[in-house]
Amino acid sequence: MNAPAVAAGPSARPAGPPLPYRVEARTVDAPDVATIVLEPAGEALPRFAPGQFAMVYAFGAGDIPLSVSSIEGDRLTHTVRAVGAISRALHGTRTGRTVGVRGPFGTGWGLGASVGRDLLVVAGGIGLAPLRPVVRGALAAPGRYGRLNVLIGARTPGDRLYAHETNNWREAGARVLTTVDRPDGGWTGDVGVVTTLLDRAVFDPPHTTAFVCGPEVMIRAAARELTHRGLGPDRIEVSLERTMHCGTGHCGHCQLGPVLLCRDGPVLDWARAERLVSVPEL
Amino acid sequence: MTDECHGFLGALAPDHRTRLLTFSHETALPAGTRIFEEDGEAHRFWILRTGRVALDVHTPGRGTDVVETLGSGELLGWSWLFEPYRWHLGAQVLHATRAYEFDAHEVRAAIEEDPAFGLAVTRCVASVAIGRRLKASRMRLLDLYGPPGARAAPGGGPR
Repeated sequence: MNAPAVAAGPSARPAGPPLPYRVEARTVDAPDVATIVLEPAGEALPRFAPGQFAMVYAFGAGDIPLSVSSIEGDRLTHTVRAVGAISRALHGTRTGRTVGVRGPFGTGWGLGASVGRDLLVVAGGIGLAPLRPVVRGALAAPGRYGRLNVLIGARTPGDRLYAHETNNWREAGARVLTTVDRPDGGWTGDVGVVTTLLDRAVFDPPHTTAFVCGPEVMIRAAARELTHRGLGPDRIEVSLERTMHCGTGHCGHCQLGPVLLCRDGPVLDWARAERLVSVPEL
Repeated sequence: MTDECHGFLGALAPDHRTRLLTFSHETALPAGTRIFEEDGEAHRFWILRTGRVALDVHTPGRGTDVVETLGSGELLGWSWLFEPYRWHLGAQVLHATRAYEFDAHEVRAAIEEDPAFGLAVTRCVASVAIGRRLKASRMRLLDLYGPPGARAAPGGGPR
């Protein structure tokens, strides 16, 4: 079986207690999406790699897996969409409150293995959150990578994440293209699925690494289109999601065939992931 | 990359591409130009070189909804190839556009006269334009980025 083509390898940490982190800031990105910045209230967790995730506790509600959308020293940033009871509690948390955090868990994006290559970031919906550190990392090291393309799909213009920051990415030299499924009256940008933006991305397929995150149907469509355009499946990294519970590879809730996504994922290369996501029973 | 080597034209073999382009002339369309209206006669079509064009539907009492945008390399219009040769949607230039404009009558006549050319063009329209847009439309029908309540189990993985 192939090993994941990622820089940060699988991690299976013991199920220790969550450490307290204080909510230092909270911003609302979209009607149901907020970004929270967490600072350790005491001991800090080991450093996270882009693509890895934490189990974040809203005390009294429970915990959910959240990817890091920014890593600055010991400070962790998570972007959370209010979907269920726990995510609603985290989405609605306030500055100064305390949450519990375990981690880091799982595999990260292989940006370090992509030196000198064109980079293609393909994000759908809240899938941009775990990819944000990839974009920031690439922009922080000008000359280390080839051309940087960031393709973003959103439901509506109002659902775009980090709209101000994506403008900064553009000014810093990234080719940032955004499309929406449902435009409003003031939108004069692209309308359609994110894969249609590939026609306007500038990259050399044999020398490109793609990082793809979003709904699984979108991931499949994007990865197939990219292989059709000449990217090697081992150069397409995708982040998959299944129900995660323990984060330590023990409970089996996130099993996807032979893979435990909390330990062996969430980031897998397409050479490995394609067989797994094409089996309906999985 | 030249205009001819990507998108719709890039999917045609060089000889068919060259022949198709003999039926075209270059045109510039300023932003805001209404190119065609729903149910109008489809007697022309375009391959976009630069700019953006919106495909739209007018709904009484609701205004005009953009359903898709097209850009460089893409075919604008396929209703010219199939009876009754009437547009299904309207089209408006979003950003100043340069395009190859084709006379549909001439292209249809060439397709009838030369089956190999006709098959190549029809296949290209079917796969590059209709097929891709159908796939994209089906994906959008799923409302993948919408509220997951009816679609996914609670919990899920890290996002």
